Amino acid sequence: MEHSYFFIAMIYLAAAVIFIPIARKLGLGSVLGYLLAGIVIGPSLMGFIGQEGQDIMHFAEFGVVMMLFLIGIELEPALLWNMRAPILGLGGLQVLITTAIVTGLAMLLGQPLNASLALGMTLSLSSTAIVLQSLKEKGQLSSAAGQSAFSVLLFQDIAVIPMLAIFPLLAGADTGNTTPHEQTLRDNLPAWAQTLMVLGAVTVIVVAGRYLVRPLLRVVARARVRELFTAFALLLVVSISVLMSLVGLSPALGAFLGGIVLANSEYRHELESDIEPFKGLLLGLFFMAVGASIDFKLVLSMPWVILGLVAALMLIKALTLIILGKIFRISIEQNLLFAMALSQVGEFAFVLLSFTQQNNILSQQTVSIMTAVVALSMALTPLLLLLHERIIQPRFNKTAPDDTREADEIQEKHPVIIAGFGRFGNIVGRFLRVNGIQATILDLDSDRVDALHNLGIKVYYGDASRHDLLASAGAADAKVIIIAMDTVEQTLEVVKVVRKHFPHLQMLVKAENIPDTYELMDLGVLHIYRETLDTSLRMGADALQMLGVRAYQAQRNVSTFRKQDEKALKGLSAIRNDKKLYINTVKERIEELEKLMSNDRVTRWNPTAQGWDEQSLIDEANQD
Amino acid sequence: MAKILILFAHPALEKSRVHAQLVRAIRGMQGVTLHDLYEIYPDLNIDVRHEQSLLLQHDIILFQHPFYWYSAPAMIKQWMDLVLEHGWAYGRTGNALRGKIAGSIVSTGSQEAAYHKEGWHRHPVNDFLLPFRQTAALCNMQYLDPFVVYGTHKLSHQEISEAAISYRQMLENLRDGQLKLQ
Repeated sequence: MEHSYFFIAMIYLAAAVIFIPIARKLGLGSVLGYLLAGIVIGPSLMGFIGQEGQDIMHFAEFGVVMMLFLIGIELEPALLWNMRAPILGLGGLQVLITTAIVTGLAMLLGQPLNASLALGMTLSLSSTAIVLQSLKEKGQLSSAAGQSAFSVLLFQDIAVIPMLAIFPLLAGADTGNTTPHEQTLRDNLPAWAQTLMVLGAVTVIVVAGRYLVRPLLRVVARARVRELFTAFALLLVVSISVLMSLVGLSPALGAFLGGIVLANSEYRHELESDIEPFKGLLLGLFFMAVGASIDFKLVLSMPWVILGLVAALMLIKALTLIILGKIFRISIEQNLLFAMALSQVGEFAFVLLSFTQQNNILSQQTVSIMTAVVALSMALTPLLLLLHERIIQPRFNKTAPDDTREADEIQEKHPVIIAGFGRFGNIVGRFLRVNGIQATILDLDSDRVDALHNLGIKVYYGDASRHDLLASAGAADAKVIIIAMDTVEQTLEVVKVVRKHFPHLQMLVKAENIPDTYELMDLGVLHIYRETLDTSLRMGADALQMLGVRAYQAQRNVSTFRKQDEKALKGLSAIRNDKKLYINTVKERIEELEKLMSNDRVTRWNPTAQGWDEQSLIDEANQD
Repeated sequence: MAKILILFAHPALEKSRVHAQLVRAIRGMQGVTLHDLYEIYPDLNIDVRHEQSLLLQHDIILFQHPFYWYSAPAMIKQWMDLVLEHGWAYGRTGNALRGKIAGSIVSTGSQEAAYHKEGWHRHPVNDFLLPFRQTAALCNMQYLDPFVVYGTHKLSHQEISEAAISYRQMLENLRDGQLKLQ
């Protein structure tokens, strides 16, 4: 069936919009929803999309690259260094042992050695996309199981490099030098040059990330065109992918590295929230493509063989992981989650399988069967995780991640967010800081962010009126937001967004003048601070003192004045849309104030001071 | 020559008749430090270390204030609560004030006759100052009998001036060691 580009896009988008809410409602998670949507629109069921599923999967795999970039950007380099033991140990052993077992079994089933080895390596990999997305959705990424799974997936991404080098050898001398990936610059080079190239590419990413990307981000941010920043963020990830593919490395791995280099950048939150929606859509597309690519006709023609293979394969992988988890002292409950999460075969298997077919390592039928097995194992994973969540986890009486390992905090979670770090916000920030309160600071002025960054203050560039940016700044967990933007329009935007998306946040809002204050009152803001009020009054108090008024009296007068002023403002706010009444009331207030001010007896204006006034006592004493 | 510290507390000196004159009379006296608490700490945020070092620099500590509700204005209580720290002013290691002399200078609206067993207030002023006396005792200080200006509601400007002069005289004697201590 030939369809227009837009028609296909419509089918995919509609499927997502229909299936995801249903899946979420049923508690199935979005990954399963996407997979089901893919199955339904795929050739096996409704046939809206045909065999282009494989191509779409290739394209959508870019979502995985973006995901790794985002994971990298949320990860402090020091944290990664702490994870070196599980990455190398747990990950290395998993790949080696699973490859060995699967290779052995394949040989027992009558496959030749090279085909068995190809199968072993292919099937030892797991699906980064499905595992990380599912765990993230369940909030398990920072648990012991999540961290271990991440370590293993990271190692698998590294292991792909030598696998790609070995595969052409398995094909034998007569089939030539076609590599499983697209042609790379590395082909036909001696080993030392290849190694040098790989190292060079990594160096380029690190150095460019440090010294080139940050200044560029600054320039782009200064242009103050929002979509330009998005374009640059995308360019960044795409460039890394291109560079990595050029030297034959995994683009996901490169993006992860690029993310880590930018993890400490002040533009981190902005980059995150710019890439996030693309990642989400592409991953969704990827999952749908996986669903659509399951060949149910084939499955139905030999159900027991395929289902048996799926079950055996997942069991082998899971058992290997359980044993390794035990060695690495993961608690039982977390270990089960870890094993179940990684028991499927990853998306990279599709690439490797099609290569084995082209080079006659495996027969066409084996490849078709294995492709179905891989896709099914991926589709089953969200179901397994659901099983774990609903049945296994409750048995352990603990919903929280286990204590075998301190959960690493990937995101900063401060109780306070300061939106706008100009003259006003920075005083608030400093005051909170000396009182031991950490705040996440967002600011829209790239020059200022830059300058503060040089002073060692962590300020993130970004528009606080974007709810996704607020979310990545930890708004869901914060208690208080201090809104001190440069302009009224920005302030009102932020207030509206906070009210809509984070109603639990207490808002403290800076206002410039009385009209702003009215608008904020209309929006229901309770804590409004006119930026010049307190300073002016303090100045007035000092002037009073210089003219001979006692300090204590001056201070009390300031306090009384401010209270009266704020009360009057609230009264005026209610009637301000009635022009005539408003003007009259303002006139009255001014007259009242003048009367109060012109009265040389301060006590009349300041009635609370009567207790210190002896006049009535003197009068009474003289009557005796 | 002893050094005298006067801890002065009046929340509304601008309206005062008595204390304004008393203060004027003793301003600039040699060996006498007038410490105007409400002027220095309008927000009641007392600098404890500074107050303690002031105390250490003086031999005689006097509280001067109007008599409000048989006691002192809030500032004096705040000052005591914060400055007379345990382990510094009292307690096993609290010896900073040992051997110093304390006292009170108060003004009352009522006549002296009202501060009497059969009078309006049913107790002499000295009785009402019990918390000061005991505070001094706990800090190992000697507490003097108070200097009281009675009947301020009916005092004429002239009479207040006379009270101010005798206040000054009392301080001079105290400073020069001529006042006999009980």
